[in-house]
Amino acid sequence: MTRKLPKKDVVIVGLGWTGSIMANELTEEGLDVVAIERGPWRNTATDYPPNYVQDELRYRIRHELFLQPEQTTFTFRNKMDQTALPIRSWGAFMPPNGVGGGGVHWNAETWRFLPSDFVLRTHLTQRYGARFLPADMTIQDWGITFDELEPYYDRFEYLCGTSGTAGNLKGKIQEGGNPFEGPRSRPYPNPAQQQPFSHALFAKAARELGYKPFPQPSGNMSQAYTNPLGVRLGPCTYCGFCEWFGCANYSKASPQTTILPVLVRKPNFLVRDQSEVTRINLDSSGKRATGVTFVDTSGTEWEQPADLVILSAYTVFNVQLLLLSGIGKAYDPVANQGVIGRNFTHQTISDVTSFFDPAKFIFNPFIASGSIGMCIDEFNGDNFDHGPHGFVGGGYMGQVQTNGRPIETTPTPPGTPKWGAKWKQAVRESYQSALKPGTGVHGSMYSYRDVYLDLDPTYQDRFKRPLMRITMDFHENELKQNAFLTDKFAEVFQAMGARQVVKEYRKGPYDVTAYQTTHLCGGAVMGTDPKTSAINRYLQSWDVPNLFVMGASGFPQNAGYNPTGTLAALAYWSAEAIRSRYLKNPGPLLHA
Amino acid sequence: MTNLSRRDLLAATALVIVSETVARAGVVSGQLPWHPDAGSPPEAVRPGAWQFFTEQEAAAVEALADRIIPPDPQTPGGKDAGCAVFIDRQLAGAYGHRQGLYTRGPFVKGIKEQGPQSAQNPAETYRAALAALDRYCKSKEGGKSWIELPGERQDELLHAVESGTVELEGIDTKSFFETLLKDMQEGFFADPIYGGNRDMCAWKMIGFPGARYDYRDWVGRHNERYPYPPVSIAGRPDWTPKKT
Ligand SMILES: Cc1cc2nc3c(=O)[nH]c(=O)nc-3n(C[C@H](O)[C@H](O)[C@H](O)COP(=O)(O)OP(=O)(O)OC[C@H]3O[C@@H](n4cnc5c(N)ncnc54)[C@H](O)[C@@H]3O)c2cc1C
Ligand code: SF4
Repeated sequence: MTRKLPKKDVVIVGLGWTGSIMANELTEEGLDVVAIERGPWRNTATDYPPNYVQDELRYRIRHELFLQPEQTTFTFRNKMDQTALPIRSWGAFMPPNGVGGGGVHWNAETWRFLPSDFVLRTHLTQRYGARFLPADMTIQDWGITFDELEPYYDRFEYLCGTSGTAGNLKGKIQEGGNPFEGPRSRPYPNPAQQQPFSHALFAKAARELGYKPFPQPSGNMSQAYTNPLGVRLGPCTYCGFCEWFGCANYSKASPQTTILPVLVRKPNFLVRDQSEVTRINLDSSGKRATGVTFVDTSGTEWEQPADLVILSAYTVFNVQLLLLSGIGKAYDPVANQGVIGRNFTHQTISDVTSFFDPAKFIFNPFIASGSIGMCIDEFNGDNFDHGPHGFVGGGYMGQVQTNGRPIETTPTPPGTPKWGAKWKQAVRESYQSALKPGTGVHGSMYSYRDVYLDLDPTYQDRFKRPLMRITMDFHENELKQNAFLTDKFAEVFQAMGARQVVKEYRKGPYDVTAYQTTHLCGGAVMGTDPKTSAINRYLQSWDVPNLFVMGASGFPQNAGYNPTGTLAALAYWSAEAIRSRYLKNPGPLLHA
Repeated sequence: MTNLSRRDLLAATALVIVSETVARAGVVSGQLPWHPDAGSPPEAVRPGAWQFFTEQEAAAVEALADRIIPPDPQTPGGKDAGCAVFIDRQLAGAYGHRQGLYTRGPFVKGIKEQGPQSAQNPAETYRAALAALDRYCKSKEGGKSWIELPGERQDELLHAVESGTVELEGIDTKSFFETLLKDMQEGFFADPIYGGNRDMCAWKMIGFPGARYDYRDWVGRHNERYPYPPVSIAGRPDWTPKKT
């Protein structure tokens, strides 16, 4: 039996990064807002305090802060003619769970996309001609430009206290920053973090090779910071337990350290934790959401009516809720019709491990932060001429090594046995003098007709709902891109003086057991045409105008950067449209 | 559990009486919830009897530990580092029973890119594999059990298992060996509170300072060896001298 709760103005599904941003913006309008979150309430002092947070086994290996696959997981296959099987334990990506969402345990690498990324199909077609693109590549323009989004990037960076060096201030290129970035209206709110030895050495070698290295934009504080909401963050201690872990120092930008202390005190805001939304409810016309249904930990089902529904449950869960609620037309790759599930993407990641002379190099790899690093952007997006190379896309690359945690980061030179005395000796010798950036090459993944999400026909979750099925493989374009980038990346380590450089190219088929970031994108993409997009440029559903869908599910394809800067900027942009226009006249903000 | 305000839930009781069972899902409003000890500090492994292994299994795993991580003059081997104790406690707990993982059927063998699809949990796999190892040795090694073989012979056998030339009956042998290596090395390098890495021996071996958490003074000191000894979540032995 379903129990009905009193109606609210707004219901927010999932209280991660975008849910927190929307909640704070909409409560400012005086609206009565409830957020319903699948996972537990989480807080620095109680959930990841400095006396035991530095536990590699518990948080990195056993994934304590993440969604438990028992609760729900996905099935996976490479190709449409294979049978998808369930992901029984996380590997390639780690779906978040709990208040703060991915913000609790991200690295906080806080990037902006390139201006050309937002008009990708138009840009590439103009520069190289339509025939340069593979026939089954389904990339498209976003329906928004970099310049429109810039003020909202700025808001997120000032919320977070992002530490970095500007590369382009209002069109003027700045020494020491990323010269390829779009024009920014003001500098980062904090100076860049200090760089440990290996990261600084990478920058020196890159400069000698003619590149323009710059510090990775970091949501780990280079100094104490008070954000515009009045919330204070402390300086990062380069503790080396950042991504996969919560920050015990209040030094990593997260909903907990930037928004929630203010939001929770507002009388018109309320959170229900440990409650999973199972459906968005529609009225009989199917064109209006009436609220959501959720289930709490006792199995009790509740209905939460609301005038406005904000879906901010992270990429795959957004798409799942749309499909299970019958909102929008499900994507059919054979007929090439429908939008929900279409243009699903991830990231094309590879790495280079290098070994230096232990008598000359002591790197202290454990001194690092989640967003530490020096990067180059010469091979990202369309920053270079792709004509001679026969592929499109690219990525940033850098010495971005975040840790020397020994279960994960004890590389040994090729040819070392995996166990025994020689293994032990090689670990001892290499620990201080080997480098393993982790996600050193951070490449784009463009969208294809046969990479998509739908509902699995066999496997079910604990509510007997079908699991989401992922069909995904690398395409030749991305593999070529990766080979090119990985070679360029390795040259820098060579120039740093490594005596052995091992290139770990990304190769197909896509392997769901190997971690490749948690930057899943697409499946409910934004755009200008309802035939090829689920939401309009304000993230408003074309089908159900009182539903807005946040997050990277809206990206038509993925760029060569981490997604959160962009998806957070989009949330602010969408909130602005709701505040200034939608609330005055609820209905479609655009007509197709 | 969080700052529970039942106001809204009670408002719904016009329909149904709210039962106590909703209590685990919480409501947060008005202030940041905080309860003393709301977090869950880790529990240090207690020394003492084996919790999962039989005496015989434990002896076999300790012997395996010393082949996989052999002792040398500077650093203890897997056995003295406590790797078998680590695996024992892990198998007795959440890891051994795949707590939190997706364990619904059907169990179908897929390609390796789809990840492990075994119907068995690690506890069951260890039990079966250790028994199969002894059976194999008894039949092929002149009636001797695994622990009775000389070290060099054990190494040869493990190499054969690793390369797939020896198959233990009824066991996905190669993948068991990979799990064994992973678990041993995790035990060697994890915080000592889990039973391995005794006295932080593995951390001392490589120069990892453990749970120190603050390197602001050192981030700018390039190419200089970090001078301080490691610290565990439980501190350092010399902070809590043994009672005499
Ligand atoms: C280890 C790791 C490192 C990362 N590092 C970076 C980085 O350095 N830079 C970067 O840009 N990005 C990074 N990311 C990605 C980043 O975390 C996400 O892009 C970001 O958190 C997405 O924000 P969101 O609001 O869309 O979703 P989330 O922050 O994930 O929030 C979604 C919330 O919705 C909840 N939810 C889901 N389903 C339901 C439901 N049915 N009912 C109720 N609640 C639900 C979830 O529990 C979750 O709390 C990283 C991710 C991981 C896992
Ligand atoms: S590296 Fe810095 S921001 Fe990250 S967890 Fe450690 S102290 Fe916090």
